[in-house]
Amino acid sequence: MERYDVIVVGAGPAGLGAAIEAGRAGARVLLLDEHDRPGGQLFKQIHKFFGSQAHHAGTRGYAIGQMLLQEAAEAGVTLGLGQRVWGIFPDGSVTSTDETTSTRRWGNYLVLATGAAERAVSFPGCTLPGVMTAGAAQTLVNLQHVLPGREAVMVGAGNVGLIVSYQLLQAGVQVQAVVEAMPEITGYAVHAGKVQRAGVPILTGHTVVQALGDSCLEGVELAALDAAGQPIPDSRRLLPCDTLCLAVGLNPRMELAAAAQCELVWSGPLGGLLPRHNARMETSNPHILVAGDLAGIEEASTALDEGRMAGLGCAYKLGLLDPAVYSRRCQEVQDRLDSLRQGPFGARRRTAKEEVFFL
Amino acid sequence: MSEEIVCRCEEVTREEIVAAIRQGASTLDEVKQRTRAGMGFCQGRTCRRLVAQMLSVYYSLPIDRFLPGSIRVPITPIRLKLLAETAEGCVDEELPEGQL
Repeated sequence: MERYDVIVVGAGPAGLGAAIEAGRAGARVLLLDEHDRPGGQLFKQIHKFFGSQAHHAGTRGYAIGQMLLQEAAEAGVTLGLGQRVWGIFPDGSVTSTDETTSTRRWGNYLVLATGAAERAVSFPGCTLPGVMTAGAAQTLVNLQHVLPGREAVMVGAGNVGLIVSYQLLQAGVQVQAVVEAMPEITGYAVHAGKVQRAGVPILTGHTVVQALGDSCLEGVELAALDAAGQPIPDSRRLLPCDTLCLAVGLNPRMELAAAAQCELVWSGPLGGLLPRHNARMETSNPHILVAGDLAGIEEASTALDEGRMAGLGCAYKLGLLDPAVYSRRCQEVQDRLDSLRQGPFGARRRTAKEEVFFL
Repeated sequence: MSEEIVCRCEEVTREEIVAAIRQGASTLDEVKQRTRAGMGFCQGRTCRRLVAQMLSVYYSLPIDRFLPGSIRVPITPIRLKLLAETAEGCVDEELPEGQL
């Protein structure tokens, strides 16, 4: 029977942060991930990160991933890769499968860092080959070094849509346009500027009416939206393309938390339904903590620090940190989180987080 | 115009979901029971929110009134043999050929 002090589900920045802090304090930590390698989305991030020095500003995502893997190894964290977690049970057991066996392990505390899933949108033709999420296109280009197509249209001018559009351009894909239903660009101006300087039009107040093609995508029909958000008929036009990328937001992957009876709450600004939690990342289940995009869609840097907070919490609950040290370390992490949640975008997230804390 | 598929796993169209809602389906589970939307490989991870949005518009109620629907273990598909092995806590012994 395999027993651990802490089992962490998800080896992205949040899960790694939690595993590193709990491991450093002396806890026996198992870090499970469904993929063959850890790091979550970090190894797809070829751009430099923003933020302060404490958050590795100016470092590219994959380099941060490598640093975290090194730290996890030094902290004695056991990695369980290729393990798809399918159940959590009231006795604290976690079940996972590598598709040939299935294993049950017990943990005194669980940290859920299951991340987010790209949101879907439906329109006629949305299942044609060539229509994919922006994250799928990013995986093809940055990890597998395969072009998704020659001519792409991106739906969504948030940060994901803008960054992936630029990375498609860098890989040699012709990006025809970025289509955004909102009346303004929702991502950072610095990302939008890079795409616009490369000559890509950002069509705000527009939507995809349908995707066209017989056996695969050959083009998209776009339309401008009126004030009520309805397509204006005579604004319809056809844009030829063989790739349509969807970057219309992320949903926290709350299924495991829901199955474990963690109370869920709704927060629009944080991406939808997520486990209720406090500033120490504790949920309504005293043995389960959460971190990262599961606890509200933010960024890799906030995910990492939320993970550290959860890892410290586990170590404290296990009696591995004395109260004064725990309190000081939490304050350090909280200060960094507060500094990340500044500015017009950050402040909105901070307010939304605080609303969740007091729900 | 080709049809609009909302639940990709079970290939359920917008038209079919609208029909189910018009016939009285008022929760994610009721839509699922009538159309199989959300019953496939991804267990609703992709279409759950789209169906909830349709219910939200039809009933003029906030979307969170319709989420998350029922979510229970196993949260992702797993072969029954593996499920049975885990239930017994025994995963090491290979079953003799021909027994399953």
